[in-house]
Amino acid sequence: MTLTIATSIDDVLAAMANGARPIAGGTDLVVGARQGKVTMPTDLVAIDRVTELATVSKDGDSIRIGAGVTHAQLLTNDVVVNELTSVADAAALVGSPATRNVGTIGGNVMNGSPAMDTGAPLMVLGASAELQTSSGSREVTLADLWTGPSQTSANTDELCTALVIPQPAPSSGSAYIRLEYRRAMEIAVVGAAAALTLDGDSISSVRVALTAVAPTIIEVDGLDSLVGAPANDETFEAIAAAAREQARPISDLRASDRYRRHTIGVMARRAAHAASVRASGQIVPVPVNRAFGVGENPENIR
Amino acid sequence: MSTNEQAVTLEVNGIAYPVQVPMDSNLSGVLRNTVGLTGTKEGCDDCECGACMVLLDGQPVNSCSYLAVQAEGRAITTVEGLADGDELHALQRNILAAGGVQCGFCTPGMLMSARALLDRTPNPTDDEIRIGLSGNLCRCTGYAKIIAAVRETAVQL
Ligand SMILES: Cc1cc2nc3c(=O)[nH]c(=O)nc-3n(C[C@H](O)[C@H](O)[C@H](O)COP(=O)(O)OP(=O)(O)OC[C@H]3O[C@@H](n4cnc5c(N)ncnc54)[C@H](O)[C@@H]3O)c2cc1C
Ligand code: FES
Ligand code: FES
Repeated sequence: MTLTIATSIDDVLAAMANGARPIAGGTDLVVGARQGKVTMPTDLVAIDRVTELATVSKDGDSIRIGAGVTHAQLLTNDVVVNELTSVADAAALVGSPATRNVGTIGGNVMNGSPAMDTGAPLMVLGASAELQTSSGSREVTLADLWTGPSQTSANTDELCTALVIPQPAPSSGSAYIRLEYRRAMEIAVVGAAAALTLDGDSISSVRVALTAVAPTIIEVDGLDSLVGAPANDETFEAIAAAAREQARPISDLRASDRYRRHTIGVMARRAAHAASVRASGQIVPVPVNRAFGVGENPENIR
Repeated sequence: MSTNEQAVTLEVNGIAYPVQVPMDSNLSGVLRNTVGLTGTKEGCDDCECGACMVLLDGQPVNSCSYLAVQAEGRAITTVEGLADGDELHALQRNILAAGGVQCGFCTPGMLMSARALLDRTPNPTDDEIRIGLSGNLCRCTGYAKIIAAVRETAVQL
């Protein structure tokens, strides 16, 4: 086994061309390997000191989040908090300060868990993953990237360099909320993200994606029929119904399939509501989970 | 040297330790068994309890689940690095005074998370203290006295 500490993307790609696998924060890889759930790759290249991977930047009509950006950085980045707010909602929920300090968005996305928190927000914001090898690069939509639990369509020599997100239109807002049994060191029981654009009081675009109710993060289909609908309870309930219908949850230690199917509707409704409030220019503090005081004020959480 | 070992220099509490470690060793194990600093505890060894918390370049990390070789070139701070000689750090004095130590197993990790919190947020609210310590489990104290100690330290510093 070898570990190379890289300081440039070129170093990383050279190591990967020779068979090394990337390690960023190691919060999935090392924990999984020590639990025996995954085998530790023979050769590793540490990418956490590659500063080129650790920036958020605006590039024409898109926003690039470097794959090496940590959850802690996402939470303090103005562009992410103001324009990609659902991603900040998700980052705020990850693990503990220590997990957020080393865990990266690239590791979250490439690990491919159906319970990953940044996945649904990135999907509703239309993100694609930029994958690079020593011979070139390509962009893959997230729907094409995630092929199953812990499976992606990326080749083993492909480094995710960034998540590329179209600049949201004016009067847009997004939000992510998850059902959790405790406030830290938790995995989503289910979760939902919504991104919504308003034209006055009515919806001009809406996307919703779901966490932990299928083998991958999935996007809710058929919401185009809501374009032109008012951003009100009836519309949010239609979104909840679509989420319940399209979820394909399993039963496990954490929840039964029936409970997941019910609660995914609740999460989708709350995410859509919070996204519409943000789209209207009002502030819902990050993360929505705490802003709605889950379990505290039924008036606010609906 | 076996092919599975690597020679690395770990900088712990300002001192450089040249060590030879298996590639897949976790940092907590190397700190305890090779460097010989046993203040850092291993509770779950599964990234859940926070007993193993150390600082890497000032930020908290669960050292049980961090590769020792990946820490090369970073400043590692363990609980042994908190006190100034025989003079305890204010956090240590206050956690003792408040009764925030019972069996003491969580204490090193709590102190390191608290230290990182106060470095980035010198005047934390109670909520911020709770979030700052949210990766650290304590089976004994019920947390209230630990939180009080951190609050008291913020006032003093
Ligand atoms: C205590 C604890 C709590 C957690 N809580 C949450 C939570 O609440 N929500 C959540 O979503 N996750 C959670 N996680 C999981 C994990 O922290 C996140 O998924 C994190 O974002 C992973 O990032 P990393 O940099 O640590 O990835 P690593 O472990 O370094 O890498 C994960 C995988 O992705 C690959 N990889 C990493 N970066 C790249 C890249 N740029 N290109 C290609 N492949 C890459 C690696 O080879 C590896 O296979 C938790 C983990 C722990 C230990
Ligand atoms: S020993 Fe590292 S988190 Fe428990
Ligand atoms: S004092 Fe015993 S675990 Fe905290």
